[in-house]
Amino acid sequence: MTAVNARSVDSPTSDGSHAPLITLENVRWHVPTPRGLVKAVDGVSLSARDGEIVCLVGESGCGKTTTGKIAAGLLTPTSGRVLYEGRDISSLRGDDFNRFRRGVQLVHQDPYASINPMHTVGATLSAPLRRHGFAGSSSAARTRAAELLDLVDLTPSKDFLDKYPHQLSGGQRQRVAIARALTVEPRFIVADEPVSMVDVSIRISLLNTMLRLQRELGTGFLFITHDLALARYFAWGGRIGVMYVGRMVELGLASDLVANPQHPYTRALLSAIPEADPELTRRKTRVELRSLEIPSLLKLPSGCTFHPRCPQFETGLCEVSVPQLRAPGSTVAELDSSNVHAVACHVVARG
Amino acid sequence: MSETVALPPSTPMPGMATVRAFGRTVLALVRQPAGAIGLFGVVFFLLLAFVGPSFVLLDVKTKLGKEYQLPSSEFLLGTDYQGRDVFSQIVHGGRDIIIVATTTALITTAIAVSLGALAGFLGGWFDTVVLAIADIILTIPQFPLLLVLATFVRLNNIVLLGVLLAALGWPALMRAIRSQVLSLRQRDYIEAARCLDLGTGHIVFQQILPSMTGYIAISFTLGMINAIFLQVGLIFLGLVPLSGNNWGVMLQLAWVRGAIFIKGGLGYILSPVVAISLLQLSLIMLARSLEEIFNPRLRRGN
Repeated sequence: MTAVNARSVDSPTSDGSHAPLITLENVRWHVPTPRGLVKAVDGVSLSARDGEIVCLVGESGCGKTTTGKIAAGLLTPTSGRVLYEGRDISSLRGDDFNRFRRGVQLVHQDPYASINPMHTVGATLSAPLRRHGFAGSSSAARTRAAELLDLVDLTPSKDFLDKYPHQLSGGQRQRVAIARALTVEPRFIVADEPVSMVDVSIRISLLNTMLRLQRELGTGFLFITHDLALARYFAWGGRIGVMYVGRMVELGLASDLVANPQHPYTRALLSAIPEADPELTRRKTRVELRSLEIPSLLKLPSGCTFHPRCPQFETGLCEVSVPQLRAPGSTVAELDSSNVHAVACHVVARG
Repeated sequence: MSETVALPPSTPMPGMATVRAFGRTVLALVRQPAGAIGLFGVVFFLLLAFVGPSFVLLDVKTKLGKEYQLPSSEFLLGTDYQGRDVFSQIVHGGRDIIIVATTTALITTAIAVSLGALAGFLGGWFDTVVLAIADIILTIPQFPLLLVLATFVRLNNIVLLGVLLAALGWPALMRAIRSQVLSLRQRDYIEAARCLDLGTGHIVFQQILPSMTGYIAISFTLGMINAIFLQVGLIFLGLVPLSGNNWGVMLQLAWVRGAIFIKGGLGYILSPVVAISLLQLSLIMLARSLEEIFNPRLRRGN
């Protein structure tokens, strides 16, 4: 239902306000290693508008974290461009670069490694506040830090300011990491598997906190996860991109993609999600893959990298050429896939 | 509270936190026998060298007929070749040694930590240049170089001697700091700090270095030990002008005057040797215990 509505409302770029905040244009991250060239990210295009939620889903090692770090400007892609407000970030200087640097923040996967164990929560939050002039004095920084802790549901915030990270649980640490990202009032947060190291019981409340931030502050999210079920929950109002060994294989509105998966890999992932009802799970038909082996990044299969595992594999087509990400029926490859449901599959594209 | 054990008990925060961390370190130190002895020894020698001279007058009067006496109730550590009290010389002779050692260790650590941390974090040409200079200094044998330098520079100022020793002493520690920073800079929290644009100075001195406090404290102590050996060696060889009164000068004079061949000279020649050895031993024990406190892997179960 939302799929149809959203598509008509959010027709891309016809309106200036819908110009993407951040765009990845065909970015690649190729690393030369002694054993050959590793194509960790191989031509990913993605864009996000202000306040939009985009989820990246894929198996470990598929390049989703690297893509996130490229989006956050922490890695320079070996080719391709990253645009912030329509401008290439590698050309940004001075104030323009600082605006991007503060505008896009990262929340790491492991809250045990992402917070300096030597600093109190208050000190961790105060440093960026003071550095970037969000607080003029240390007492102002403390007040603001307490507000931020309230914002991420760490209450009573006063109790947390003087705590060291080792006195906090994983979930609490992750909230501190989110609060730290919020210190510089970013417009977009790259959240790299933010709940995977957190107790299962805490996950939903952490996700809800982030969703509330998106609603209240208008912060956009690039949510990276290996768990399609989480992506389905988090990105229900946004989009989901499915990655497979360095490439985007399917990209579309979350509701659309979940209800109507096109790529065989997405179908396999969706069919593997266990349902809350064990009866339902048992009756679910699993998409059978031809092989369970994830290809090595050093020796990628020819053509469509998914072809050795794909149940819809067609000889003479799939192993020959690389399928482009495009809307079914369209012949144009999608660079900025906005709200079009795009798939990189020869068989699906042929219809 | 088992989690608290896994962290070095020091923080970069000024004020109360530092005081508390320092208190905790001292407490942990005196809980170990070696640490307690080391700390006691170092405090003892500091008092001896800096407070002692106010209570014990330096004996400068030549007393004919009292040369080379063995320790007695009149002369606690015996007398020298002019019949002067050795004990008063020991009390007055520690100050210079400790000042040179501390100066050297301070400058060495400051240079090594800042250069090592910046080289490790920044990399690039800065790293290359610093490493090249360090390698050049490391390849030249230190002691012979000091011998040559001592003939050119008149080392009658003890602080100048400390600076000279430090100028040659920083490369080894710098390399160690650099390699630690290379591993620390990969941490997620450093990446987060870069993402927040906190600046190189803040990242290096607030985020990276505090977790190395323990290592730096140990290196400081080891730097002192090394400086004591070097300066006493230089003085003993007579390359540093024999001005003032310190254990090195005592040892050199006792040696030159042949105290070793005279039965009564035993107290005279042994006193500076024992004083230097005990000070070194205290420092070594202190360093070892600090290492155990700051390195969780070496810490015994408690």
